[in-house]
Amino acid sequence: MTNRINRIKEKIGFSILATCLAVVVFIIVVIFSNIIINGYSVINLDFLIKAPTDGMTKGGIMPAIVGTFLVTVITAILSIPLGMGCAIYLNEYAKQNLFTKLIRISIRNLAGVPSIVYGLFGVVLFVQLMNMGTSILAAGFTLSLMTLPMTITASEEALKSIPVSFREGSLALGATKWQAIKTNVLPYAIPGMLTGTILGLSRAAGETAPILFTGAAFYLPHLPKSLLDQFMALPYHLYIMATQHHAISEVRPIAYGTAMVLIALVFAMNLGAIILRYKLRKNRKE
Amino acid sequence: MAKDIVIEAKNFNFYYGSVKALTDINIKIEKNSVTGIIGPSGCGKSTFLRSLNLMNNLILTARYDGEILIDGDNILKKDIDVVQLRRKVGMVFQKSNPFPKTIFENVAYGLKINGIKDKELINQRVEESLKGAALWDEVKDRLHVSAFDLSGGQQQRLCIARALAVQPEILLMDEPASALDPTATLKIEELIQVLKSKYTIIIVTHNMQQAARVSDYTAFFMMGKLIEYNKTNIMFTNPEHKITEDYITGRFG
Repeated sequence: MTNRINRIKEKIGFSILATCLAVVVFIIVVIFSNIIINGYSVINLDFLIKAPTDGMTKGGIMPAIVGTFLVTVITAILSIPLGMGCAIYLNEYAKQNLFTKLIRISIRNLAGVPSIVYGLFGVVLFVQLMNMGTSILAAGFTLSLMTLPMTITASEEALKSIPVSFREGSLALGATKWQAIKTNVLPYAIPGMLTGTILGLSRAAGETAPILFTGAAFYLPHLPKSLLDQFMALPYHLYIMATQHHAISEVRPIAYGTAMVLIALVFAMNLGAIILRYKLRKNRKE
Repeated sequence: MAKDIVIEAKNFNFYYGSVKALTDINIKIEKNSVTGIIGPSGCGKSTFLRSLNLMNNLILTARYDGEILIDGDNILKKDIDVVQLRRKVGMVFQKSNPFPKTIFENVAYGLKINGIKDKELINQRVEESLKGAALWDEVKDRLHVSAFDLSGGQQQRLCIARALAVQPEILLMDEPASALDPTATLKIEELIQVLKSKYTIIIVTHNMQQAARVSDYTAFFMMGKLIEYNKTNIMFTNPEHKITEDYITGRFG
């Protein structure tokens, strides 16, 4: 009797879990199909390689793609070395005491700070105080600040996953601490560190708030000529096309097309991260 | 014990934070001998072993006082060159820990971090070390495959070869055979007999028979104290203390 009740309980439990999954899948399918159905008609080569024309009612979104690409590259250049260096120090060198615990908690909390706060902070620090103006550079600095907590946390996790025996084995052979880290920890940790970093970058690529006041432009007739120029960016362009344009219903397909390109870009970056992680697993088995 | 003394501990105390792990250890270890360290779990035998190459310094709460002289130098003094010390005092761990590299790269690792670039020399040392660890014949045709393709016993001998490659004088072994099957264990034990002509070996073991088989001297630790230290044959036939006898006859442990 109890056996039967247990079996029924199990079935109910599984059904609830399966329903949760079904709901999530349903939402994802609705979002994607909605975007694709409404946006596919505008996607063609011209859309990707031409600038907007006719008051942004025609033409492509090339400047926004270029802008998002540039600002993501700047973010990567700034946040990867800084974040990894910080993680290496925290995990390998720093004493594990109350102070480092506090630092760690602060870093995790920073990951939860709303992106608009980073945006406004960027305006004050980079645009005004450091005199970068509204520019790719200022936006890149702001986005890298936002991704740093994620980069540091992911990198530290990757370092933690390397067995202590790799470090001990190396030290016991007369390696200095840095030699042990460089030759016997980093080679195995870097793919994992990069995975987390790329996920952070892909989030940065899709952010609007941090670039809103620090460098993204409503419309530019030309591509940025230097890092101190303003730029167009996919997420901001999408925001304009969806809510701020004077002929909103006319440009709706362009908005959907922009969303598709942005999602494809983020998806491609995440795919890269997955491939890296797969490679990491293979390397560790060697 | 009139022969050369390589290692001498004098009034050595060791603490993990406020917990005292070793109390007043005094021991003299002879050159080219095998010393077995036995004792129940948590008696401090691994802590003592890891003190000899300052591996415990990786633990942040570790504190110690007293003296440990290796070749007459006190390794506990502040300005000791840890890197030099660890080249002189090699270590083989309980769980074989080959690096995820090829067999060749594993053995060559210690040479490379010590700045040896001469390929000839590296090749020669790798071969010597693998021969020294009685592994050469089994791997000479597949030096460039992953070390993880080796069996457990082979991996442990690879770790011995890796330690030998940097030409240490002393070899510390922390239960090197505890994760191995009897055949692989026997090979390691035979190897220890061969190695002692060149190296001073200190081996921590849980296995009383193993201590009796491989070691010239045996040290019995309990609750952080060195209870008894003597020639192995005397210790196992005529122990001085009752508690030693109880332990080696398996009455507790």
